[in-house]
Amino acid sequence: MAASAWRRLALLLMLVTASAQAEIPADPLQSPAWRYLAQRYFGEAGVVFDPRVKLLLPVSAENPLSVPVHVDARALAEVREILVFADLNPIPVILRYQPGAQAEPSLGFRFKVQQATPVRAAVRTGDGQWHLGGAWIDAAGGGCTTPSLGTGSGLWKDHFGEISGHLWPRENGVQRLRLRVIHPMDTGLAGGIPAFYLDELQLQNGKGELLAKLQGFEPLAENPLLSFDLRNAGVVRVLARDTQANQLRGSVAP
Amino acid sequence: MRSLPVLLALLASLTALAAGHEYHLNGQKLADGVYVFVGAREHFSRANGGNIVNTGFIDTTEGAVVIDSGSSRLYGEQQRAWISGHSASRRIARVYITHAHPDHFLGSQAYAEVPQYALPATRASIAESGDRLSDNLYRLVGAAMSGTQSRTPNLPAGEGRVLIGGRALQLIAGSGHTEADLAVYDEASGTLFAGDLVFYQRTATTPNADIPRWLAALQRLEAIPYKTLVPGHGPVVQGPEAIAQTRDYLRWLQSTLQEAARKGVDLPELFEQPLPERFRDLALARVEFMRSAEHLYPALELDTLQGQGSH
Ligand SMILES: [Zn+2]
Repeated sequence: MAASAWRRLALLLMLVTASAQAEIPADPLQSPAWRYLAQRYFGEAGVVFDPRVKLLLPVSAENPLSVPVHVDARALAEVREILVFADLNPIPVILRYQPGAQAEPSLGFRFKVQQATPVRAAVRTGDGQWHLGGAWIDAAGGGCTTPSLGTGSGLWKDHFGEISGHLWPRENGVQRLRLRVIHPMDTGLAGGIPAFYLDELQLQNGKGELLAKLQGFEPLAENPLLSFDLRNAGVVRVLARDTQANQLRGSVAP
Repeated sequence: MRSLPVLLALLASLTALAAGHEYHLNGQKLADGVYVFVGAREHFSRANGGNIVNTGFIDTTEGAVVIDSGSSRLYGEQQRAWISGHSASRRIARVYITHAHPDHFLGSQAYAEVPQYALPATRASIAESGDRLSDNLYRLVGAAMSGTQSRTPNLPAGEGRVLIGGRALQLIAGSGHTEADLAVYDEASGTLFAGDLVFYQRTATTPNADIPRWLAALQRLEAIPYKTLVPGHGPVVQGPEAIAQTRDYLRWLQSTLQEAARKGVDLPELFEQPLPERFRDLALARVEFMRSAEHLYPALELDTLQGQGSH
């Protein structure tokens, strides 16, 4: 083969390699863990950074045990799933949310942060595409390896599993649901305390039809306080389960 | 070895870095024997070395009465050196620490042999969390903190009038910015060192705040016939404007958070809340409002959920 043909082949190979790498877009947050996490969570599926995924969170964590986050993907159609993770946390995934047809693709929660890290909401739409929003949060740290605070207070002994909540009517037939479950949410990373956390929470309407489903992970803050926007009227039933198979029940009436 | 001078120069600059930070403290005279060191209206940074705070001193025939020792050992040392060079007494009589926030007490090592006073709850708080606050400031400020260790004031201060070296000082024991907030009033000059009960042109901070108690403390300060007021952060004033601004902001903050909780707003949604025109030019308005929401909202939002559910 002539030298020019070799050069053409080499160029072609470079182009192929480049386009294979381009499937994971460059990270605007420049996280050291981005490529690894993107491969792990999104695999072959397409990923784009999308300003329509709004993630509200503090610039710096005032309380590393309870960092408030609100995800709003209502600007996207056909949202099937929202995955939230913090790149540099010892356990990155915080939660997975699957809003049904009667739930808005938005939610609020609190999580434990171990060090400064990007926090991301990945939103999967009906076409299989992932849309990402995110921001860095600064933190003094220690949120994941610090024992839960209520341990000594008797709160869990007397009130474990209690669910309290409230519904607020909003515009366009949407109700804001806020609820709190009394649970230690132990990560298993604090010395001598095994992991113990809520791993499933379902919201149902009064007829028992599923409105939305949330899968929880270790970094969710203790006594989870969650916010949802639901397009149903009337009572919302809450069914939750933790990693020790405790079944928790509650209901919130307007 | 031609590179030796280069190496030595490098070593010298590294040593200078390790040695920390030059604060360029320059006391500003407010009245006879009364001085203030005015800090930057900023958040902690490597550039300001933690000097975001107003400290000061009142000179007496027994020595200077220092009000707050600043943010680091180096700050305290440089503050002490300036006072020794510029006071008539050339001595230090005592130190008052206004409250248990790190920018106000971490310079106390420079006054190791001097009696140091603080309100009982301030002493307890420094003893309990001084090391943690100091560690966090290292993270934010870096080299300027070198050699700094938390030191708990060794003597209790209390409400009332004290006579030191021919000067009458009134100690006002308030609370609300933290669990215990000391203000010091010099009768002769009419100077009120308000500590962090008063902020001016710099947004108030609330990591340990109780707003109703804070508002009550402001009412007490307002009754003092001061001629000059030194806020904990921000420029010195002669009139009522600093107290008025602090109260206006705290009231707005409280009612804004209460109203949001009543409407079921999620905490981070508050971060987008527009600020009223009159607060927009305060230093750090947006970031301090966000921090305050994190400090104060959790208690308010839980109230809206209580007793609503069942299990
Ligand atoms: Zn303070």
